[in-house]
Amino acid sequence: MSAPDIQLRDFHGGLHLPANKDISTSQPVRRAPLPSRLVIPLQQHIGEPAAPLVKPGDRVLKGQRIARAEGFVSVPSHASSSGTVVEIDEYPVPHPSGLGMTCIMIELDGEDKWIEPEAEIADFTSLDPSELRNRVREAGIVGLGGAGFPSYIKMNPGPGRRIDLLIVNGAECEPYISCDDMLMRERPDEILGGIAILLHALQAERCVIAVEDNKPTAIVSLQAELARRGEDRIQLIELPTRYPTGGERQLIRLLTGREVPARGLPADIGMICHNPATVAAIYRAIYRREPLISRIVTVTGEGVAAPCNLEALIGTPVSELIEACGGYTSAVDRLIMGGPMMGFSLTTDAVPVIKTTNCLLATTPRELSHPKAPMPCIRCGECAEVCPADLLPQQLYWYAHTRDFDKTQDYNLFDCIECGCCAYVCPSHIPLVQYYRFAKTEIWAQERERQRSELARQRHQVRLERIERDKRERTERLREKKRALKEPAASGEDPKTAAIQAALERAKARKAAAAVAPRNISDLTPEQQRMIAEVDERRRAAARDRAGSKTGAK
Amino acid sequence: MEFRTYSSPHLSPASDVSVVMRRVLYALGPGLVCAWWFFGWGVIFNTLFASLAAVAAEALMLRLRHRPVGPQLSDNSALLTGVLLGLALPPLAPWWVAVIGGLFAIVVAKQLYGGLGHNPFNPAMIGYVVVLISFPREMTYWPNAADSGMRALTLIESLDWSLLGNLPPDVSLDALTRATPMDSAKIELGLGNTLSEIRTEPLFGDFGGHGFEWINLWFLVGGLWLLYTRTIRWQIPVGMLASLFGISLIFFVSDPDSYLSPLFQLFSGATMLGAFFIATDPVSASTTPRGRIIYGAGIGIITYLIRTWGGYPEGIAFGVLLMNMAAPTIDYYTQPRAFGHQRDGE
Repeated sequence: MSAPDIQLRDFHGGLHLPANKDISTSQPVRRAPLPSRLVIPLQQHIGEPAAPLVKPGDRVLKGQRIARAEGFVSVPSHASSSGTVVEIDEYPVPHPSGLGMTCIMIELDGEDKWIEPEAEIADFTSLDPSELRNRVREAGIVGLGGAGFPSYIKMNPGPGRRIDLLIVNGAECEPYISCDDMLMRERPDEILGGIAILLHALQAERCVIAVEDNKPTAIVSLQAELARRGEDRIQLIELPTRYPTGGERQLIRLLTGREVPARGLPADIGMICHNPATVAAIYRAIYRREPLISRIVTVTGEGVAAPCNLEALIGTPVSELIEACGGYTSAVDRLIMGGPMMGFSLTTDAVPVIKTTNCLLATTPRELSHPKAPMPCIRCGECAEVCPADLLPQQLYWYAHTRDFDKTQDYNLFDCIECGCCAYVCPSHIPLVQYYRFAKTEIWAQERERQRSELARQRHQVRLERIERDKRERTERLREKKRALKEPAASGEDPKTAAIQAALERAKARKAAAAVAPRNISDLTPEQQRMIAEVDERRRAAARDRAGSKTGAK
Repeated sequence: MEFRTYSSPHLSPASDVSVVMRRVLYALGPGLVCAWWFFGWGVIFNTLFASLAAVAAEALMLRLRHRPVGPQLSDNSALLTGVLLGLALPPLAPWWVAVIGGLFAIVVAKQLYGGLGHNPFNPAMIGYVVVLISFPREMTYWPNAADSGMRALTLIESLDWSLLGNLPPDVSLDALTRATPMDSAKIELGLGNTLSEIRTEPLFGDFGGHGFEWINLWFLVGGLWLLYTRTIRWQIPVGMLASLFGISLIFFVSDPDSYLSPLFQLFSGATMLGAFFIATDPVSASTTPRGRIIYGAGIGIITYLIRTWGGYPEGIAFGVLLMNMAAPTIDYYTQPRAFGHQRDGE
């Protein structure tokens, strides 16, 4: 498979939305003031939560690993500044569910003292891709565009897969958000440096940086950096501004005309997408050995006094960032993490900034009015006209609303990316996306239930079989015994006495066996012992291998 | 600080059902004026009575069903049903025909099924068919066109006729009414006349029925405006007009003396009103892009069959209702290929 042509095509649907990005891009990115306290959730990514490595009372330094990755789809967390761990407990976190999560609370000492840095490396090309991946994982890097998928996994195309094209998704198509725009304006070197690392790690030949044409400053800045480097593997593409161009699948379709299979990943068609902030974080992780402890956050909306972009430490309470932007305006009534189309509403600003916090949008009823009362669906099909996944939102709604979940799946519910285009154009003001989320959750719950009952059914089946078998064996034994009793014993003893004698001996043996601690490895046959030895040997070998790869990696 | 939470997307929706319905009403304007000019005040009274009955029935039913009357009435959908029904009725039909049609359309065909969005059939066409079957005589009261030189009723005379059934002493009902061009063509063809003879009668215009051709043209203009403003999509009208044109062309070419020309089919009866305003009722129509073409095409074909061989002069109402029945099935089999899914047969 060769690298696809880059030639702008089209995807179905989408919307032209008022961008509202200018309000936060007039000033350069500022560093947010050091908070007095950090709240670092153990899960800021898709996958398994990290496991804490510190306990209350421990002193931690900036950049120190305070939680380790647990499982494959997981990354560690780091202290974003120096101080003392005061608590590890449930705390409100930014999550659509509004539920809390275990967090590590650090009281900062204000010194912002770094952990002893590891030696910087001059040339990353001396490292092999697996080592680069390890370092990216150790740096705790996840997709910073909002999904929070551990980035190191996306640096591994997997056996037999080739990546022809790396796409840096700088579309940033959602209104209000401008953190990637600012990053591309101010730190094109980090982005291009990160791309070089990723191309090496993926063994890919080409990269496209895709930017919507409403970010001319970012485009100029990237172009200048490209010219300075004389990098010919990287191509900068201006995209027409349309929501949701930044959707990974829509962007790939737009750039190459190819569609990622519905149940597949971009890697299945030889492409990988990364967000520019992720790419810059990878650059810093590899060159400066700096874990992901801060990110650029857009703080915007009519609800804040002075909208801007802030470089914020992960774990900074949202309220402090709002403070840094001059606080709320009086009419504020809604606080959103993310953008106005796909972001979720926060109940409180006590939650911390996490790795996926790209935007904090505080709005007034004037800019985002309260939802109107929904009217019945008239099946006008406007939603289908704008659906970028080519679904029939009106039919999905109909079946989700009547709880006919099988039908919703016939209509490809799970291809819905929840972009919100349908709800935006709905003349009946139906909160369509909410219905789809509801249907998805119900289906997941049913699926879990089904799996559980299937397991229970299988267990029951096995149990019935076992009972049946036991019964068979018992009757068999009984028959044997009866036959033995009938036959005259060779020794001339009375068969009955012999049987009683045997039973007594068996009982005695049982008692003796119970007296010593019963162990399932005593009385093993030589065959069994040999098998155990083999298993042990395999385990030891595997442990040696792992240790070997770790030391080799250092 | 604590906040109330909302579900995404947070951006407020850009359009509104009542706006959509209002646009459709505006688009009916030119055709309505043209119909009034040719067929007199009866057009206005029919529209008025049917609308009043429809809106009153909607309000009453919403109240009985304990639904918010205000917001749901303001969506204008009942008003639109009434206007469409009124425009479909013969202008000299008495007031109670319009009222019964409007009541039936809203009470039975819409509200008993659950109100807006839940009616499987087009309410206006149900109302129309009910009065067509129940009052066959009144449903033939089509007046002479205003420019035919025949006697027409004034405003007061029309009102007197519509409400009380009184005609001015100098005129009889027979003198006032006549068969529609389509009806008359069918009768004359049945008598063994050829179309080239029939079409010389003053009942026929330049390309359609006299009067009807202009009314159709103005409904076409309104319909094009709806397309331009993206209030309706092109699939249903194009599907319907293309299939009606296509099938009539086949028969016309095979025997021009026995079959009406495609142009006549498009500009007679309620073709344009049906194609742009009635068949496009989204609630009861097919909702997929491909499905809408099939749905429209089905209406065109059924309309032609009824117009040519059926017992009724006009077939659009039956075409719409029959295709309403088929819409859910059409929808199921015409889902668009979702993003990232294989094309059929690939």
